[in-house]
Amino acid sequence: MKISFPHMGYSYIAFKWLVENMGHECIIPPEPSKKTLDLGVRYAPEFACIPFKMLLGTYLEVAEKGAEVILTSGGMGPCRAGLYWVMHQYLLDELNTGIKVVAFEPPLCDLRDFLKKLHWIRKTGGLSLKAFIQVLRITWEKIKAIDEVEMYSHEIRPYEINRGDTTRSLWRALDMLDVANNEMEIKMALQEGIKLLQQIPQDKSRNPLKIGIIGEIYVVLEPAANHYIQIMLGEMGVQTDRSIYLTAYTRKNTIVNLEGDIFSVAKPYLAEAPIGGHGVNSIGETLLYAKHGFDGVVQLAPFACIPEIVAKSILPAISRDHGIPVLTLFIDEQTGKAGVQTRLEAFVDLLEKRRQYKATHKNARLVV
Amino acid sequence: MIKGYLGVDVGSVSTNLVVIDEGERLLAEQYLRTNGKPIQTVQEGLYAIGQELPAGVQIAGAGATGSARYLISLIIGADIVKNEITAHAIASSAMTEDVKTIIEIGGQDSKIIILRDGVVIDFAMNTVCAAGTGSFLDQQASRLCIPIEEFGDYALKAKNPVRIAGRCAVFAESDMIHKQQLGYNTEDIIAGLCEALVRNYMNNVGKGKEILAPVMFQGGVAANHGLVQAFNKYLELDVIVPRHHGVMGAIGAAILARETSRKKGGTGFKGFNIKEINFKTSSFECKGCSNACEVVQFYENNELLARWGDRCGKWEINAV
Repeated sequence: MKISFPHMGYSYIAFKWLVENMGHECIIPPEPSKKTLDLGVRYAPEFACIPFKMLLGTYLEVAEKGAEVILTSGGMGPCRAGLYWVMHQYLLDELNTGIKVVAFEPPLCDLRDFLKKLHWIRKTGGLSLKAFIQVLRITWEKIKAIDEVEMYSHEIRPYEINRGDTTRSLWRALDMLDVANNEMEIKMALQEGIKLLQQIPQDKSRNPLKIGIIGEIYVVLEPAANHYIQIMLGEMGVQTDRSIYLTAYTRKNTIVNLEGDIFSVAKPYLAEAPIGGHGVNSIGETLLYAKHGFDGVVQLAPFACIPEIVAKSILPAISRDHGIPVLTLFIDEQTGKAGVQTRLEAFVDLLEKRRQYKATHKNARLVV
Repeated sequence: MIKGYLGVDVGSVSTNLVVIDEGERLLAEQYLRTNGKPIQTVQEGLYAIGQELPAGVQIAGAGATGSARYLISLIIGADIVKNEITAHAIASSAMTEDVKTIIEIGGQDSKIIILRDGVVIDFAMNTVCAAGTGSFLDQQASRLCIPIEEFGDYALKAKNPVRIAGRCAVFAESDMIHKQQLGYNTEDIIAGLCEALVRNYMNNVGKGKEILAPVMFQGGVAANHGLVQAFNKYLELDVIVPRHHGVMGAIGAAILARETSRKKGGTGFKGFNIKEINFKTSSFECKGCSNACEVVQFYENNELLARWGDRCGKWEINAV
C-alpha cells in the first residue's frame, strides 16, 4: 500500500523508514507550505484551528501523489483534536480522494483497537511478528536519535559565530540518520552528527538566555507552522527547550502515561477538571521551566484553541508568583514572519534587561 | 554646532522621522503616510526633515524601528535597529520618569507595555486581530464622511453611547450600520464604538495585566479624544497623552541611537540627501534545496548591499 502520515518536524525521516520497512510504499509528506495552507483553508471548516487545516492540506497533497492510507494518532482528551481524524476522513471521502485514515488511539484507552490496527498494517505488509517488532524497535531508535540531534542543535545555535552553520550541520546530520538502517548505523550516524555540530565555530563566552517553548503539540512540533521559532530564537542568541519531543510525548502519553505527573504539578493553578489538549501541560510546564531557572516561556497556541486560551488566562498568575515572563503567540493563517520577529525581539530585550536588573539588584525579587 | 540624533519609525500606515538633541528636545519631526512604499517614503521624509532642521545641527547618530526597520536601516545607515516595543518603552520612560503602563495603538497593531522601576517587565501585542486599531477607525471615519481628526470629538458630544460589538472589526461595522439604520445618532454610535474598542483592547492585549498609573496612551490613535475618554472611563483614572504621542517610536529610536553612537564614537548615517540614490530590491527563489526560500536582494545604485530571506544563511552578506 502507499502510505503517508502527518508531517511534524523532522520525524518524517523515521516514519518513512518505518513504512518502507514494513513492506509498504511511502509517500513522504512535504513540509507544510503556502500550497498546503491554501488547500487546507479551502476545504476545512472556517472555524477549525490551524493544525486541522494544515493536516488536511498535507493529506490532500499526498493524495495527489497517490497515497492510499494515512497513519495518524487519535486522542482521547476532551480536545476536539481527538476527533480530527474522523472529520478528515469525511472531508477526504467527500473530495473522492479514496484515502483511508487509520488513527491509533492511545493503547491504554482501547488496547484491542490499537492491536487490531497494528495487526492489519503488519499483515498487509507481509511481515512476520518478529520482523515487525524489530522494525518498530529500530524506528524508535531513529526517532530518539533525531530528537537528540535536534535538541543538541538548539543548545549550541546561540553560540554559533556564522549564522546558519548550526542549521546546515543539523541538516547534514539528519541526512546521515536518514540512510542509517540498523541500530549500529543509527548510533554511528548520531555520533557523527553530534560531532559535526560540535565542530562549528562557536563563541563560548556568550551567556545565552534560556526560553522554554510550550503549547499545542502540532504548532510546537512543526517548525513550518511556528515560523521556525526555535531557529529564529537561536539566531537571536537564545537557547530554547521545547516541552514536547515526539519521544518524550510518546513515552509520556502513550506507553507509560505519566500525564498524572503534569496534572499534579499544575494542580495549584488548575484543580477543577483536566482541560483538554495541552492546556494542563502548558500550565505545568511553565511551572517546571520557572523551577529550572529558565528566563522566560513562549506559549504557542492555534487561534481559537480553547485549552490554550484557558492556560493563557492562568499563566499571568504563574508569572507573578514565580517571576517567569510568558509571551503568547497565537498562530493562524498569517505567513509573514515580521510580526513574530518583532514580538520575539522585544521579549528577548525584556528578558535581558531583567537579567541585568537581577544582577545589579542582588536581593530584588522582580515580580511580573 | 548642535548634535542631533535621528530616529525613523516605519510602520504599516505611517512613517515618522524625528531629530532630537542631547537633552531629548524635539528639533524636527515629519509624519508621512507609508502608502506601501517604505523606501521612497523614507527618502522623501529624510529630505524634508533635513530642510526643516535648524542650521548648525549635525546628525551624530541614527536609529531605525518599526516593521520595516531592517530595510530602512540600510537606507539611512542606522547605528541601531530596534523593535518598536522597546523603542516605545524607552521614549515613554524618558518623558515620564515613573511610567508604569503604556497603551500604544497604531495603524495595524496595538500593544500594552508594563514597566516597573523603568524596566519593561511584561508586554503584549495583538496577534491575529486588528480590530480597534487605527486602520479600522480610519475606515469608519471615511464611511461616515467625518475627517479622522474630528472623529473622536464627535464621541465627546455623545449623551448615551450605544453598545457596539467590538470583538471583530467586520462585525463591529455591521453592528454600527444596524444601529444607524435604527436611528441612533452618529455621536452616540461613535462613542459606543470607542467604548467597544477599549473593551476589545482590554480583553485582548490587556488581559491579566496589572495596569497601574501613570498610564501613557500613545500612537497615532491617541489623537482621538473619544478613545482617551473611553480609556479614562474604563480604567477609572486619567491616561496621559504625551505631546508627541504620534512619533514616540521614532523618539525611542533616536534616544537609542544617541546611546549607541556615543559608545561607538561615530555614526554610519548617510546624510539627508539620499533622494538621488536609487535603492532597489529584487528577489529570487533559491533552488538549493526543497525549502525554496525567497531571497531578497537589496541594491544601492546597482551595488548589492545585502541579502536576506534565506533560512540556511548561505546567501547572506552584510546582514544587519
